[in-house]
Amino acid sequence: MILDPVHWTTLAVMGPLLAGLLAMEGRPRAIRLGLVLGMGASVSATAGLWTTVVREGPLRHPLGGWGMPLGIELYADGLSVLMLAMTALVGSAVSLYATAYFGDISQRRVRDSPAGRGARFFAPLWLLLWGSLNGIYLSGDIFNLYVLLEIMGLSAAAMVTLAVTSKATVAGMRYLVISLVGSMFFLLGVALLYTVGGTLSLERLAQLELSGPLPAVALALMTVGMAAKTALFPIHGWLPPAHAAAPAPASAILSALVVKGSFYIMLRLWVHVFGGGAREGLLVLGILGATAVIWGSIMALRQLSLKRLIAYSTVAQLGYLFVMFPLLFPAGGGWSPDAWSGGLYHALSHAVAKAAMFLAAGSMTYAVARDDIRAISGIAHRLPMTFLAFGLGGLSLAGIPPSGGFVAKWLLLRSAVEQGGWGWAVLITVGGLLTLAYVLMVLRYAVDQTEEPPEFRDVPRRMEWAAMGLAIAALLLGIRATETLSLLEAGGIVPWR
Amino acid sequence: MTPVLDWEILPLLVVLSSFVPGVWIMFLQEEQKGLRTTLNMVGAVAKVLLVGLMLQGVGAGAAYEWRLQVLPGLELSLIGDALALLFVTLSAVLWLVTTVYAIGYLEDSPNRTRFFSFFSLCVTATTGLAMAGDLFTFVIFYEALTWATYPLVVHRGTPEAIQAGRLYLIYTLTAGAALVLGAVWFQVEAGTVAFAPGGVLDMAAVEGAPVRYFSLFLVLLAGVSVKAAFFPVHGWLPIAMVAPAPVSALLHAVAVVKAGAFGVTRLLHSLFGIEVAWEMGAAGMVAGLAAFTIIYGSIRALAQDDLKRLLAFSTVSQLSYIALGVAFLTPMAQAGGLVHLVHQGIMKITLFFCAGVLAQTLEVKKVSQMAGVARRLPLTMLAFSVAALGMIGIPPVAGFLSKWYLGVGALDAGAPWVIPVLLASSLLNAAYFLPVIRTAYFDEPDPDRWTDRGHSRRFEADWRLVVPTVITALLALLSGLFGGIPWSPLGWAELIVDRRIL
Repeated sequence: MILDPVHWTTLAVMGPLLAGLLAMEGRPRAIRLGLVLGMGASVSATAGLWTTVVREGPLRHPLGGWGMPLGIELYADGLSVLMLAMTALVGSAVSLYATAYFGDISQRRVRDSPAGRGARFFAPLWLLLWGSLNGIYLSGDIFNLYVLLEIMGLSAAAMVTLAVTSKATVAGMRYLVISLVGSMFFLLGVALLYTVGGTLSLERLAQLELSGPLPAVALALMTVGMAAKTALFPIHGWLPPAHAAAPAPASAILSALVVKGSFYIMLRLWVHVFGGGAREGLLVLGILGATAVIWGSIMALRQLSLKRLIAYSTVAQLGYLFVMFPLLFPAGGGWSPDAWSGGLYHALSHAVAKAAMFLAAGSMTYAVARDDIRAISGIAHRLPMTFLAFGLGGLSLAGIPPSGGFVAKWLLLRSAVEQGGWGWAVLITVGGLLTLAYVLMVLRYAVDQTEEPPEFRDVPRRMEWAAMGLAIAALLLGIRATETLSLLEAGGIVPWR
Repeated sequence: MTPVLDWEILPLLVVLSSFVPGVWIMFLQEEQKGLRTTLNMVGAVAKVLLVGLMLQGVGAGAAYEWRLQVLPGLELSLIGDALALLFVTLSAVLWLVTTVYAIGYLEDSPNRTRFFSFFSLCVTATTGLAMAGDLFTFVIFYEALTWATYPLVVHRGTPEAIQAGRLYLIYTLTAGAALVLGAVWFQVEAGTVAFAPGGVLDMAAVEGAPVRYFSLFLVLLAGVSVKAAFFPVHGWLPIAMVAPAPVSALLHAVAVVKAGAFGVTRLLHSLFGIEVAWEMGAAGMVAGLAAFTIIYGSIRALAQDDLKRLLAFSTVSQLSYIALGVAFLTPMAQAGGLVHLVHQGIMKITLFFCAGVLAQTLEVKKVSQMAGVARRLPLTMLAFSVAALGMIGIPPVAGFLSKWYLGVGALDAGAPWVIPVLLASSLLNAAYFLPVIRTAYFDEPDPDRWTDRGHSRRFEADWRLVVPTVITALLALLSGLFGGIPWSPLGWAELIVDRRIL
C-alpha cells in the first residue's frame, strides 16, 4: 500500500536525490524547483516519520520486500528521526538562503561569473548530500552506511571547492583525502565485523553481543575513521580551512550537518551495537572531546577571519558530543538518560545555532566583501537583524538561557554531577565561558562605531531572514524541549540489546 | 474581600506587558518617537494595573501560578505570591516613574530605540525573576537580565563605557555560570528546584554531609552575590555608573542589584530553608559578610567626589541590609530586611534621579561643584535631602523603619553585634550625605562651575525629570509615615513573614 508509513523512509532518501538530478539540469527554474522538491520531500518525510515513530515505535522497511539478511533494510527510531528533523530544519533555511546568496543566475553575466558557477553546482551537490545524510540516519546495515558515507564525503568536499579560490581548492582536496581515508578505515571495520558476525545488519550485530579482540579492532578502526570525519581533536586540522573557504551556505551545511553524519554512526556503533564498548575507550573519547572544547575555543579566540573563528568554534562544540560518551555509561554501570538527551539536544541546538551564525557571517562578509573581523566594524548598525541572528546563535552556543544550548547544558551538567564527574562539570561550565569570550569578541567589533566600513553591499532580505529564522528556532528550542526529548525515548533508548 | 481577577495567566501577562513593547520597539525607526513613547507608557501603565490586580488578589488570599513544561521535570513557572509581589510592585511602579524620567532625560540623544527596547527587556527580566517559582526559571531570567542590561551600560559608546561593560560582563557572566552549575547541583541533591516556604532541604540529609552542602551553598551564593554586590565582588557596580542616569537609577538601585539581594533571600529561605541554613553555618556567614559589606561600602563612599560613584558605594552598603535582615531567624529582622528591598529602592532611585537632574540641567557631576545648587534647584535638592536623611535612618523617612526592625530583630535573635554595625553605618551615612546637603544649601552658589541649560516654564528643570523625582521622594516619606498600615511596604513585609511565605 502506498500510504504505508514505511514509505516515508524511501521518500526521505530518494526525494532529495531525485530532486538533485533535476537541479543538475542547470537552468535557474530547474534549480529552484529541485530545491523546493528536495525540501518538501525531506520535511514531509520527517513529519510523517516523527508521528509514526512516536505512535508505534521503531519502523523497519525492507526495500523491495527483500528483508535481512539478503536485502537492504531501512530503519527509523527516535534517534534517526531527530537527526532527520535537524537536517530538514537547517537544510530548509540554508536552501532558502542559497537562492539569494548566489545572485540572480537567470542573468548570463551572473551565471558565468565564479559565483554563478557555484550557484549552478551548489543545488545538485547539496541535494545529493541531503539524500545521503537522510540515508545514513535511516540505514539498517553497515555496508549501506559505507556507501552513503562515500557519497556524503564526495559531495561535501566538492561543495568546499565551489568557492573558486586556490585556498578553497587546497582545503577541499585535503578534506577529500581525509574523508576517503576515514571511509577506508570504516570499510576495514565493516569487513572485520562481517567476518566475525556473518551479517551486516546493525541490529543483528547488536544481538550477537560481540566481544573479543577482532570486534574491538573493528570498532577501533571504525572509530578512527569516523573521528577523522567528525574532526575530533587531534584530527581536526582539516576542518577550519575547509569550512572557512566554502561559500557561506556550504559552510553552514558542513559545520551544522555533515559532521553530525559521521558522529551519528559513531554513536550507533558505540551505544547500540557495542553497548558501551570498553570504559577505557569511552574515557579516551571523552578526554579528546574535552581537549577539543578547550583547544578549539582558544584557537577561535585567536582568529581574525570571521568564518575561521566560527569553524574553530565547531571543533570546540563537537568536543561536547564526545564528552557525552563517558557520561552515557557511568563508572558504576548503568546508563545516564540525561547524558543521552543532553548530548543529542546539544547536537540539535548546535546545528541550528551554528547554521544561524554561519549564515549571518555569510551576510556580513557578503556586505563588506571581506572575511575579516576588523572589516565588519559597525555592521550591527547596517545589518541589525543579521547582527541579532549572530548574537542569538552565539548565546545559544554558549548555553545562555533561554536557548536549546542551555537545555542541553543543563542536562549534560546534571548527568556529570549525578555521577560525581566534577571534572566534566567544570569543563562544561568553563567551555561555556570560553564560548562567550569568542562570541563577544565578534559582537564587539560588530557594534564598534568608530570607523565606517569603506564599501557596503546591500544584503538580500531573504538571507537575513533565513539566519534570523534559525536563531529564533535556537531560542524556541530552549522554551519547549518536551516533544523532542520524548521522541528520543520512543521505543526504548537502546532498542536492540 | 474576594479577588477581582484570578486568572492563572496573570503573572505571565505582567511579564509580557514589558516584553511585547520591548521587542516591538526594537523594530521601530529612530524617528518614530510618538509610537515609541506610546508603547512605553502603555506597557508601563498596563504593568502597574496588572500588578495592582494581583496585589488585591493576593491580599484576598488568592495565589497566582502559571506553568509551562520545558522538559520533563523542569518548567517555566511564574508565581504571584506575597514575596514575589513585594519585588514586582516595586519594579512596576518605579519602571513607570523612570520611563517618564528617561523620556525627558534622553530627549534628542541618539540610539533611543535601542535604549528603550532594552530598558523594557530589563524590566521584563526583573519581573520574571521576581515571580520565578523555581530555581530553573530564576536562572533563566537572571541571565536574561545580564544581557538586557549590558547594552544600557555601554549606551554612550565611549571607550570608558565599553570598558565598564566589559568588566560588568566578566563579573556577571562568571557568576551566571556558577549559578547554573549550582542550580543543577541543587537539583541533583534535593531532587527538585522548586522554591518552597521554609526550604526544600532535609535537615538530616544536610547534617549527613555538611561539607558537600556548604560547598553547594557557596557555589549558589557566588552566583547571586555578584549582582547583590557583596564584598569582594562589588567592583562592577561603581564602574557601571557610566550608564545614563535613568539606567543607574532603575537598574542599579532596583533591577540588577535587587535581583541579587532577592536571589540571596530565595537561596536562604526558599531553597535551603533558614533553619537549615543557620544550622550549617551558611546564614551566619551571609550575615557576617553583609555586615562587613555595610561598613566597607560606607567607608568607600566617604572618599568619593563623583556624586554617582558616591551613590554607588552607598548602594553597595545599603543592599547588604537586605541580606543581613533575611539571614536572621527572627520575624522582625526578616521583615526589616525585606522591607529595605523596597525602602532602599525608593530612596536610592530618588537620589539617582537628583544626580541626573544635576547632570542634565547644570552639568554638575561632582560634589565639589554642588555649592549652593539648592537655590537653583530647590525641589530637586529637597527630594535629595529627604532621601539622604532616610538613608541615614532619620525618622519619619522610610529608612528609619528598616533599621529599627533590623536592630530589634537582631537583638531578638541574640546577635547584639548588629547594633554597633547599624550605628556605625548610620554615622558613616551621615558623614558622607550631610556634607553634600550642607554644601548644596549653605555654601555660596558658584554658577561659574555650572553650565546652566535653562528652566522650563513652570519647573526648575524639565518637568519630566522633576516630577518623578518628587514622586519617589514623597513615596519614601509616605512609606515611613504610614508604615503601620497593612498596604504599606512594611505592612506587606510583615504579612509575608506572618503568613510564612518566606
